[in-house]
Amino acid sequence: MNLLPLFVVVPLGTAFITLIISKLWDRSADWLANIATIFLMGLAIYCLRFTGQTITYFAGGWEPVEGIPFGIAIVVDSLTIVMLLIVNIVGFGVNIYSINYMSHYTDKPKYYTLFLLMMAGLNGVLISGDLFNLFVFLEITAIASYALVAFGIGSEELEASFKYQILGGTASALILLGLALFYFMTGTLNLADASQIINQIGTNPALVFISILFLVGFGLKAALMPFHSWLPDAHPSAPAPISAMLSGVVIKVLGVYTLVRLFINVFGFNNVPFIPTIFIILGVLSMVVSAYLALGQNDYKRLLAYSSISQIGYVMFAFGLGTPLGFLGGIFHLLNHAASKSLLFLNSGAIVYATDNRDMTKMGGLSTKMPVTSYTSLVGSLSISGIPPLGGFWSKLVIIIAAVQAKHYILSGVAILISIVTLVYYLKSQRLAFWGTLNDIYKNIKEGPFGMSFICILLALLSIGMGLLLLPSLRSLLLDPAVDVLKNGIDYGKTVLGG
Amino acid sequence: MIVFILAIILFSIGLYGILVKRNLIKMIIGLVIMEYAVNLMLALVGFRTGGIAPIITSEIPEAAKFVDPLPQAIVLTAIVIGLGTTALLVSFAVRIHEKYDTFDVRKIRKLRG
Repeated sequence: MNLLPLFVVVPLGTAFITLIISKLWDRSADWLANIATIFLMGLAIYCLRFTGQTITYFAGGWEPVEGIPFGIAIVVDSLTIVMLLIVNIVGFGVNIYSINYMSHYTDKPKYYTLFLLMMAGLNGVLISGDLFNLFVFLEITAIASYALVAFGIGSEELEASFKYQILGGTASALILLGLALFYFMTGTLNLADASQIINQIGTNPALVFISILFLVGFGLKAALMPFHSWLPDAHPSAPAPISAMLSGVVIKVLGVYTLVRLFINVFGFNNVPFIPTIFIILGVLSMVVSAYLALGQNDYKRLLAYSSISQIGYVMFAFGLGTPLGFLGGIFHLLNHAASKSLLFLNSGAIVYATDNRDMTKMGGLSTKMPVTSYTSLVGSLSISGIPPLGGFWSKLVIIIAAVQAKHYILSGVAILISIVTLVYYLKSQRLAFWGTLNDIYKNIKEGPFGMSFICILLALLSIGMGLLLLPSLRSLLLDPAVDVLKNGIDYGKTVLGG
Repeated sequence: MIVFILAIILFSIGLYGILVKRNLIKMIIGLVIMEYAVNLMLALVGFRTGGIAPIITSEIPEAAKFVDPLPQAIVLTAIVIGLGTTALLVSFAVRIHEKYDTFDVRKIRKLRG
């Protein structure tokens, strides 16, 4: 299907066109950028037709010769489609929100350019079928997000972004070193081809070394617990729409998706038998420690950032279980977390827009003045904490059932306990920010503009309705094919190359 | 084999710079050393003793003598990416120096927790 390259071409092209045309007409940036993201969302939804299939497209018509691919491969399977939906729906929401929110800042066209570059990188990471393209798109996303984190050019933003850049740069160097050794070992960079070759070689010391390099590199990008220190600085310092994008999408695509794709589909859990255990250890560590760190935060966005690490911990824990039910829980929790965490960061943006304050101890009683923000953030909080009718409950339930089935009784207990801790710190944030008596200095604040509230309501509805995805008919459309891709494991190579 | 080990040692020197140095500029230099070590590693992966440039002409039909061109293409791309990240990092270091009047990371601590 020749539409696939459009996922990268459209945002990349619009990014530069926006910058040029906005010199002539200032408002054009809003229109162009939003038309591009709406188009991308449409394209991602159109791709739902292809769930259950694997589409391979070789750029420029460089078809494989005798089963050996040497062109640039674009591979879209059901897991990719799930991730593309997350990226492009959140990207659409965030971009609409930016129209009003970013008028706080100067030079909006440059913001849109960087934002679209980030979208191009994210989509590129998802659709590329070879490791080096994946690395290049990963760097595009990373560089765009370094610049976006520091978009306010305050001293805190610069400090956070510098930290992010040093750690991100280290991660990239480790990934590239792993890539060099990967190429040395297999003689190919095409993931599908490599997975077949690794399957023949089996486990060996080089593979173990490469796994560790990739684990640390992509673990840094995913902000798993020992590698997390940049995230609680970088995510709160960014403008709210970018925080939503970083927490809701970027760490999932650059970190979790790449780890899962490489270790389950290319290396195979059988060839690197220590990886599932490490996933579980890192996952539980992130889940537990950052939940307790979140309890002590008074900065609303910093609390949300720690909560992101904790929830990514749940996801890695679920993937580490290695059972089909675990995969289902992991993918489903990714979807839920994307919807509700981006919602919460956009809510925090609405608060900053109205009050210019992130410290929760100075807020209070905002629900009377900002009802939409208050109620939507309640929905988001309860969904992440796992309160029954909302989406987050179902995905956590699936993860916990999967843990019990895999005989990790203690860890499933830990997961339930941390879910309660999550509820505690979200209720704390609700109580401090929205309930109680209104602070006198905020007598005259009002709800943000319509565009911002509209997106918050949309994402809140998504958080509420996400549980419906577990209904059998919808499940067979989206989640089951994605789980099948992971269940297929190392046969990924055969499926992609059609051998 | 020894050259690979040397490349890894160079990489470790860069990593040491990032972990131990307290000056922003020295940290950036550490990162750059790491990038160079990886690029060297990549170029070495494609190297073949006595190999020639991978251009097919009528006189040299044997492909076996060629050095591997793919790592060289990768190194070129990686160098360009490295240029981008380094330029961004250095410009940030300059802006940080304007705000804090120092390059010492111990004094650049407005964020905490």
